[in-house]
Amino acid sequence: MKIIKDAMAGTLESSDVLVKVSPSDGPLEVVVKSEVERQFGEQIRRVVADTLARLTINEGVVIVEDKGALDCTIRARLQAAVLRGGAVEGLDWSILQ
Amino acid sequence: MTSTKLRRSMLFLPGSNPAMLSTAFVYRPDSIMFDLEDAVSLREKDTARLLVFHALQLPVYRDIETVVRINPLSTSFGPLDLEAAVRGGADVIRLPKTDTAEDVEQLEAAVVRIEQQCGREVGSTKLMAAIESASGVVNAVAIAQASKRLIGIALAGFDYVIDMQTSRGDGTELFYARCAVLHAARVAKIDAFDVVFSDLNDEEGFLKEVELIRRLGFNGKSLINPRQIELLHNAYAPTQKEVDYARRVVAAATKAEEDGLGVVSLNGKMVDAPVVAHAQRVLRIAAASGVRK
Repeated sequence: MKIIKDAMAGTLESSDVLVKVSPSDGPLEVVVKSEVERQFGEQIRRVVADTLARLTINEGVVIVEDKGALDCTIRARLQAAVLRGGAVEGLDWSILQ
Repeated sequence: MTSTKLRRSMLFLPGSNPAMLSTAFVYRPDSIMFDLEDAVSLREKDTARLLVFHALQLPVYRDIETVVRINPLSTSFGPLDLEAAVRGGADVIRLPKTDTAEDVEQLEAAVVRIEQQCGREVGSTKLMAAIESASGVVNAVAIAQASKRLIGIALAGFDYVIDMQTSRGDGTELFYARCAVLHAARVAKIDAFDVVFSDLNDEEGFLKEVELIRRLGFNGKSLINPRQIELLHNAYAPTQKEVDYARRVVAAATKAEEDGLGVVSLNGKMVDAPVVAHAQRVLRIAAASGVRK
């Protein structure tokens, strides 16, 4: 899947995460900022990387501002932002698990 | 066959709120309903759908019944909501604005297709229909009997009173609809759920309405705030006197069965099978929520 336009999903409210995606020609750039970076930074990055890999996102810019979201919320917001900004024809639910 | 699952409280949660989606289980309602319809703005339908899809798969929801209210299938959102709910593992799909039995049949056909595609056991997704119009009330019996997957039908007051060209008041405006929906549910041997009570600060009014619907025979009520759960459960809890009598009835029925007797008697009087069934239900509710305080 390819990101073709700027898009975002989520909020900066507690227990949520704001995800912004933008197209770019270079390799995939992921920026993660989190209020719980020290405790869960590694886990958040793992969830972000896994979710983007399943969506086959290999280029573009992805910015994740976490406010203490659960893994399932991070996945949902990332997927929503990518689907909003991506070239999607028909939704393959298996990659959203 | 009438279900033994208690469904007194069905707590509405906006599908767009991640904080509530991930913590609502702590309130222990009988069922949790993730709402993708009225509680979600048009521009957040896609994000809420994904939040609910993932929240459904949280381990904390394995031991609590999950319901997803989808948008009507006639909208562009409804079919996608249904995909997310069935694939996410929702126990029950709540169909809004059900006017005819065909609406339920159409929903069931779509659910079967998704179950087959995603490998979920066919028949494992249950359904409930919300009746929100004069047409729905008039067709309630056919709707309630439209699918073996239906676990219940619910009256939704807001749209119904608008359709009836009236407004919410002391309950008189819902009298016919409540009775019609309840009778339809009982004909089909499924559960009946009453409307939400939206004034959170009117505890007295809430309890008055709960007492009315409990006495009418409703299984429970849709709720919009966790504060209403304990009040509702307590109102539905049997009194100590009712529990004591139910225990005696069940004990007499057990003894009659052990003795190979076809007739149950208590204090020299015959006890009919429906009385035994009612006593068992009283004890189930008492086990879940104790004795009324």
